[in-house]
Amino acid sequence: MSQSSRIAARFASLRAEGRGALIPFLEAFDPDRATAMEILRGFPGAGADLIEIGCPFTDPMADGPTIQRAGQRGLKAGATLAGTLHMVREFRAGDAATPIILMGYYNPILSYGDNFCADAAAAGVDGLIIVDVPPEEADEIEPQARAAGLDIIRLIAPTTDEARLPKVLAATSGFVYYVSITGITGTRSASGAELADAIPRIRKHTNLPIAIGFGVRTPEQAAEAARIADGAVVASALIDVLAGDLDAEGRAKPGTAQKVLDQVAALAAAVRKAKKGA
Amino acid sequence: MNKPLPNSLRQGPDARGRFGPYGGRFVAETLMPLILEVEKAYEEAKRDPAFMNEWRRLLTHYVGRPSPLWFAERLTQKLGGAKIYFKRDELNHTGAHKINAVLGQIMLAKRMGKTRIIAETGAGQHGVATATACALFDLPCTVFMGATDVERQQPNVFRMKLLGAEVVPVTSGAATLKDAMNEGLRDWVANVRDTYYCIGTVAGPHPFPMMVRDFQSVIGTEAREQMLAAEGRLPDLLVAAIGGGSNAMGLFYPFLDDASVAMHGVEAAGKGVDTEEHAASLTKGRPGVLHGNRTYLLQDEFGQILEAHSISAGLDYPGVGPEHAWLHDIKRVEYVSATDDEALSAFQLCSKMEGIIPALEPAHALAHVIKVAPTMARDKLIIMNMCGRGDKDIFTVARALGVSM
Repeated sequence: MSQSSRIAARFASLRAEGRGALIPFLEAFDPDRATAMEILRGFPGAGADLIEIGCPFTDPMADGPTIQRAGQRGLKAGATLAGTLHMVREFRAGDAATPIILMGYYNPILSYGDNFCADAAAAGVDGLIIVDVPPEEADEIEPQARAAGLDIIRLIAPTTDEARLPKVLAATSGFVYYVSITGITGTRSASGAELADAIPRIRKHTNLPIAIGFGVRTPEQAAEAARIADGAVVASALIDVLAGDLDAEGRAKPGTAQKVLDQVAALAAAVRKAKKGA
Repeated sequence: MNKPLPNSLRQGPDARGRFGPYGGRFVAETLMPLILEVEKAYEEAKRDPAFMNEWRRLLTHYVGRPSPLWFAERLTQKLGGAKIYFKRDELNHTGAHKINAVLGQIMLAKRMGKTRIIAETGAGQHGVATATACALFDLPCTVFMGATDVERQQPNVFRMKLLGAEVVPVTSGAATLKDAMNEGLRDWVANVRDTYYCIGTVAGPHPFPMMVRDFQSVIGTEAREQMLAAEGRLPDLLVAAIGGGSNAMGLFYPFLDDASVAMHGVEAAGKGVDTEEHAASLTKGRPGVLHGNRTYLLQDEFGQILEAHSISAGLDYPGVGPEHAWLHDIKRVEYVSATDDEALSAFQLCSKMEGIIPALEPAHALAHVIKVAPTMARDKLIIMNMCGRGDKDIFTVARALGVSM
């Protein structure tokens, strides 16, 4: 297991508070570097407990139209992995505590080269979610991640059965990301009953914190997910707020970042009210 | 005494689905359990004589196999070199080689209890083949097709609809085969419990590259016997077009261990491999991971995938099957390319001289044959895979030649 202390420390302190984590998402360089940086810097103040940053890729096979378009805007604005790490480094200059997880696809990482994990850790990244590297291919990246002290956060899906769960969990550190639907991001939501059924099934196999993502959109859904599990990832709903505020040319307006942060604040308020075990 | 294992190139992939460093299973966790299930089901099916006999029955009586091996005598005389044979998979039901693997896969889907089929298509040949098999097996079928390809392959779009399939135009990216495959994978993630993804080429996550190759190998197995019957010996050179590479793998695979048989895979050079508009992933790309496998990809320095270009919608893909990537590295197969213009010339020449209107995909293979046959002695033997017929392409070709229809 990695020594990535920021993720473990954050979940431990939230456990002490008796509540789950809000994990908002932003796509790097969407719609431009400055706006994305303003959102990233504003996340902790708006109530983000952990932060997930999407790394744009031309062919995001697990993402729905909302994140696909965010990635395209990011690429158009010049997003690269090096540029994304630079954003994290800039963020870290003002925030040493909020964990940052990068989510992306393998090919840009492969293309970056063997130094990726070391460079990411040095920039202040705490964990990686690499959508298209399942446990069967873990040796592609795990040794480098481990050496750099980065957590490899794995996705568990509704299709991950009892026989497979231990194999996936054995390759996971930091926290577990439960994909609450069989589907791509931002398309539909799981019911509270489905989640209440799924999360204990995973808990039987691990002591790691569990965050729920894919289809968590509203403050109510975030509160419920954070209560049933240990955290809620909200992505497409925030990108919808951002995209809805862009001008006809796809450019941010002066208040765009603030609109996203206001929505994060609303989500955070709901998550903070939802005490666990209540 | 233990004998050393025979030195064979036909033992791949390994248990991880790798051909050398290529291949693998790079998919999201949601799909992973199903990928493993497909692998298990296929391993069982291919050892089940009843399954294989039923597939062969369909190939004989529904597809019309074996396809003939045709000595292209007039073309041979004109080019003045090696004897040129066409393996005539364009005569198959649905007009291309795609149906060979589709029937096997749809039978497998039935066996797995799947009730819905999805597929991606570029030129529409795989979509038509899948829609056809789904009509025969009474399964609902959805075909993802880039909006650009929907436009340039209208006859096949209409064919699929007649066969009862739903055709979904995909508008993301350049709206061609790569984007159709993304959308197919997204649909599969969302409908993983009841849906089978019938992949059209020797790419994607393991076991698809192996499985599609195994089914398509019927082409090479037949060609081998037919050439032995016709000439009493093996061919000297095999030539096939490469998009994802299924028709080429099908022809090459049964000959891989025959050291005397050279093989040329012909990639689409579009407007030229020195321009930015081509689809020559082995010639100009480098290894990466896309659509479930590690292989050669057209990509920029940051690992973002580039758009491919070819006049042939079936070759318009920025990757290639992982077994080809391996055969390229170990130099068992030589990968060359032919431009849009060369393919167009070959298309016309073949139509006039052999009375066979080829698809634009094998027209690329023929363009290479036109280059290489005259450099070979008259007693040398070439088999070119005529993997599809050109009916679907006449509008594209007319436009390229400035003819209004």
